[in-house]
Amino acid sequence: MKRKFERARAENAVMTSVLYVFGISALILLIILCGYIIIKGFISFEPEFLSFNRHGIGNQFFNTVYLVFLSLVISAPLGIAAGIYLAEYSKDNAVNRAIRICVETLSSLPSIVVGLFGSLVFIEYTHSHWNLMAGALAVSILNLPLIATTTEDAFKALPQAYKKGSMCLGATHWQTVYKVMLPACMPRIITGIILAAGRGFGEAAALLFTAGMSTDINWGQWNITSKLCPLNPFRPGETLSLYIWVLRSESINPKASEIADFSGAVLILLVLLFSVSARLLNHYLDKKSGMTK
Amino acid sequence: MDKTKNIFEIKDLNFYYGKFQALKNINMNIAKNKITALIGPSGCGKSTFLKTLNRMNDLEENITVNGIVKLEDTDVYKDIDAITLRKKVGMVFQQPNPFPKSIFENVVYGLRVNGIKKRSVLEETAERSLRQAAMWDEVKDRLNKSALGMSGGQQQRLCIARTLAVNPEVILMDEPTSALDPISTAKIEELCVELKEQYTVIIVTHNMQQATRISDDTAFFLLGEMIEFGETDKIFASPDDKRTENYITGRFG
Repeated sequence: MKRKFERARAENAVMTSVLYVFGISALILLIILCGYIIIKGFISFEPEFLSFNRHGIGNQFFNTVYLVFLSLVISAPLGIAAGIYLAEYSKDNAVNRAIRICVETLSSLPSIVVGLFGSLVFIEYTHSHWNLMAGALAVSILNLPLIATTTEDAFKALPQAYKKGSMCLGATHWQTVYKVMLPACMPRIITGIILAAGRGFGEAAALLFTAGMSTDINWGQWNITSKLCPLNPFRPGETLSLYIWVLRSESINPKASEIADFSGAVLILLVLLFSVSARLLNHYLDKKSGMTK
Repeated sequence: MDKTKNIFEIKDLNFYYGKFQALKNINMNIAKNKITALIGPSGCGKSTFLKTLNRMNDLEENITVNGIVKLEDTDVYKDIDAITLRKKVGMVFQQPNPFPKSIFENVVYGLRVNGIKKRSVLEETAERSLRQAAMWDEVKDRLNKSALGMSGGQQQRLCIARTLAVNPEVILMDEPTSALDPISTAKIEELCVELKEQYTVIIVTHNMQQATRISDDTAFFLLGEMIEFGETDKIFASPDDKRTENYITGRFG
């Protein structure tokens, strides 16, 4: 009996240290990787990199943020609606099981496939040229399952008591969803949206043949129908991650390598900033909705 | 019991979860402005019966109801939709379930879903309901604080206040004190007795002392059947049925 206990204790000690070692090595790896990219990016920094011309990454930075914004405007409402449908309205039948499998498949689709699909559907079929909107739609295809699944999980994780409590007071199903369940799910949904945004920032393959690899804008041109207007979603727009690829593979810019390093650092910081603000927002919403005491 | 007015008249009520028959041929009349206790061992159908009164069973899949449940001459399953019915027949659950909202928003939720937006109406109703639930003085200074920060007993009284806010005729309570400490339980019991002036209370309870303390009438359920129903004093002093006697003397259950 005593020996058995000794053994369990030893096992516990070994497993605890093993898990600690794994956890800490993952953390160290992450810190080294991020640190290396950020330090390397800033070491060769020149103020000109921030400019909005061919020596800087200002335009690409703007394109990245704008494209992610466009894709979220498309994918967030659709994804949330789909998630609510799956969690609250869909019955367990063949059609809905098929939908669920599709959503899961969609979320593991290689992004280059989505890029080619986007190129075919959003560019070829519409007889248009590479543009930000096509890129945003392609990224939306990647984001949609993520947001839908997060929403569905958030709804399913809610205590049934909220729903019952609301229905008992004479609320309709939709009122219950909209007034009680959705607000209670909001922190988790927002986390999902921000994760989706993070994916959008780093996306390259899906944009290769949709958003294009050129940027030609004029910051004095504010007529939205003009191809040169920064806010025109139907102009070509190269994002940061694509730009890194271009700089590293075929650029003739003498500073290509330095600019690429700096772009990498900026991208990492951007994603980091998003994750941290997601946390803060989450915390704030939790407090506001009264989820925490 | 014959002299008082009935609020619910139940005739030949049968209820099925899929093929399983959870309620068998229930016939009973529930008196208005009284407290009716439903007792019986776990799984005897008393909670199921309670849920047939405000059609909360509708939320579950694969159920069949037949028979007649009348709320003051309205057939609950034919003449009225579930949403309207639930405004007349409120419900309080075993676990306090305030929404993750402020105390104020919890109380006025029932009004908000009815489209009432006027601030003065909402505030008046909130105060009235919280006073009725005997908790106005405790919470009047923190109406905008989260309801989840309150103690279990306070949360349960808030849930009662929330139910009162929509002015129901009947309040169904499904073991409302089984998750609470004795002091909170006493407060809720006291509250029930006060509420019967204006409302009808139907309470499912596992606690037979509770039934004797607060209820006017008691119904004993066993295996989906209603075995005996009558005045509480009578049921506990000299039950007609042997099974009732066995249960209340603690021989099973």
